[in-house]
Amino acid sequence: MGKEIFYFLIFPGLLFSGVVGGFLSWFDRKITAKVQFRQGPPLLQTLYDFVKLLNKETILPEKGSRFTFMVAPIFAVFGAAISAVLILLPLLNIETGFAGDLIVIVYLLNIPSLTYIIGAVASANPLASVGASREMKLILSYEVPFLLVLTSIIIKANMTIKLDEIISYQVQNGAFIGSLSGIIGFIVALLCIQAKLGLVPFDIAEGEGEICDGITIEFSGSTYAMVNLAKYIMLFILPALVVGLFFGGLNFANINILWSILKVVLVVLLLTLIRNTNPRVRIDQAMKFFWIWMNLFAIVSVVLAIFGL
Amino acid sequence: MGKKKIVPLGPYHPLLEEPEFFKLYCDGEIVKDIVWETGYNHRGIEKICQTKTFEQVFYVVERICGICSTSHPFAYANAVESIPGVEIPLRAKYIRSIVGELERIHSHLLWVGLAGHFLGYNTVFMWAWKYREPILDMFEIITGNRNSYAMFTIGGVRRDISDEKANQLKKVLEDFLPKLDLLVGAVMDDPVLHARLKNVGTLTAEDIHDFGAVGPTARASGVDIDIRRDDPYAAYDLVDWNVIIAQAGDVFAKAEVRLLEMYESAKIIQQCIEALKKDNNDEIKVKVKDIPPGTGIGRAEAPRGEVFHYVKSDGGNSPVRHKIRAPSYTCIPTFRRSCVGGTISDAAICTAAVDPCYCCTERMAQVYDHSTGKKIMNAAELIKLSQAKTRELRKKVKL
Repeated sequence: MGKEIFYFLIFPGLLFSGVVGGFLSWFDRKITAKVQFRQGPPLLQTLYDFVKLLNKETILPEKGSRFTFMVAPIFAVFGAAISAVLILLPLLNIETGFAGDLIVIVYLLNIPSLTYIIGAVASANPLASVGASREMKLILSYEVPFLLVLTSIIIKANMTIKLDEIISYQVQNGAFIGSLSGIIGFIVALLCIQAKLGLVPFDIAEGEGEICDGITIEFSGSTYAMVNLAKYIMLFILPALVVGLFFGGLNFANINILWSILKVVLVVLLLTLIRNTNPRVRIDQAMKFFWIWMNLFAIVSVVLAIFGL
Repeated sequence: MGKKKIVPLGPYHPLLEEPEFFKLYCDGEIVKDIVWETGYNHRGIEKICQTKTFEQVFYVVERICGICSTSHPFAYANAVESIPGVEIPLRAKYIRSIVGELERIHSHLLWVGLAGHFLGYNTVFMWAWKYREPILDMFEIITGNRNSYAMFTIGGVRRDISDEKANQLKKVLEDFLPKLDLLVGAVMDDPVLHARLKNVGTLTAEDIHDFGAVGPTARASGVDIDIRRDDPYAAYDLVDWNVIIAQAGDVFAKAEVRLLEMYESAKIIQQCIEALKKDNNDEIKVKVKDIPPGTGIGRAEAPRGEVFHYVKSDGGNSPVRHKIRAPSYTCIPTFRRSCVGGTISDAAICTAAVDPCYCCTERMAQVYDHSTGKKIMNAAELIKLSQAKTRELRKKVKL
């Protein structure tokens, strides 16, 4: 029992993934600043932000369900931390996980988005409810192609649904990114992650210029700090999952440690560059994009995987 | 129609630089109706102008708008100078045109940046504003201020542009044009921007006539109006340039018109610089002793459209009536055509597309009988009158 709590709270769960996610968030902001001819924040800026938010007054909405509103961000952090444990344990070679853990991870990764929706609706703010409805539509759009990509991965890895075995299969037979179906799958997965993280062009649920940060508009002080913490964790574990699924996981033996870090940073860099070279799309355009184009690509990836390409 | 809910756009909103309130009546994401509530910015500028001398009014009207801060002095100068019928020196005409066009470039760049920001495209925002910096620096070199230039006066301008400064300006423009090419390429060739802006908030030429919209908003719908050509002032009839017109009428067309207008502005400035260098006459203003009784009307093409100033003089040293109409006054009502029927996302960019300037626009009016001094109509009655007019218009528009 003690070991599990350690996994959840310290390493590789809440604390570790939160800190790494914070640094990745800084990296994202720094690259964004450099692209935009700006200076960018100092290294510990995310920590300063987090501590400052914790110290600030938490304003609760007058109408609406206050309890649900307050609890929702905590559930977001819990969901993110548990999926961090399940993803990082096999990825860092600590424990092997259990059969079918990939399915559990897919479910858990949705918890932060769902809790934002619950919190937004509980706040009874019209802008937040618009954001919540957009987030719901977005989840419905990106989930199907994401699952299809996972299907193609599972087919390629000899029908195993265990993250640990998928990684060890790649270690023996070469990373999936080296094959045609792997490349197509990686592109689809990257864009799905972009939407999951709510980055431009899929930050529709937040839409700063339209609905003033929509889904998170009512969160303030420590509740907003929790929302941010969940976002930091997601910014680390989603690229880490992609690295596990397509780049053959992480390896911490001697020089490989540098290569492993580089893989995660590379995926984050791609996300950052996409978000800095695109405007925000409308929700109907995003749905069309995922349902038609991304599904098509994902199905092609599955078919190619069946033929062993 | 289902249950309508109100989505507020304002009074404090990242979309708006100024406090302004748009109520969007929405059915889900679809905007069914839009109501504009004003009154956050009223400053009583017209009344202030009546308490200042003709010279001082320049520096008051300059502060109507922080962005197009030379277009109001421009129109005011045209209005006041038309009362005694002053012909300003050639050199002053060129200098006025240079300042006016530089301002158009900086205002359009500012708009491109803001439009990018509203679409979540912060890279365009930062790039456009970075390219705007040298233009503002140039303003500082020419006029002494980065904003609110205090350049105009009755009968001419207050500062000369020496050859050295003209060369500097020429160099800044030469550096600027390749950057503008880059920006235009980034905006015009982006498929996501096309998807986001094309066929959004379309205004037909008929809509433009109904609402009387002006400037780039009208020109993007194929309405060929430009005060600089139609009613030439300063040096605009002495140089060679084109009026940019697009036919589509959507937000993309408005962006296109603004981006291409910057090239024309650069062309005008370059020709003015050449003319300034050739011109050996150092006179930059004529002395105007006093303003005789009479009324003057001045128009100028601001970056957002036609600015209209009416000045009435009784022979004293300050205007007895000064009426100002900013371009946003006619452009903002077009939101009822462009936003209604679209989504909330579209409404955000449609409101930004006319480059609205709310505090320039806000006025309050009361009508007094001239001979008895009795109040004939107060604000509420005028609003009633305006509402009757709106109802008429609405019947025509079928809303």
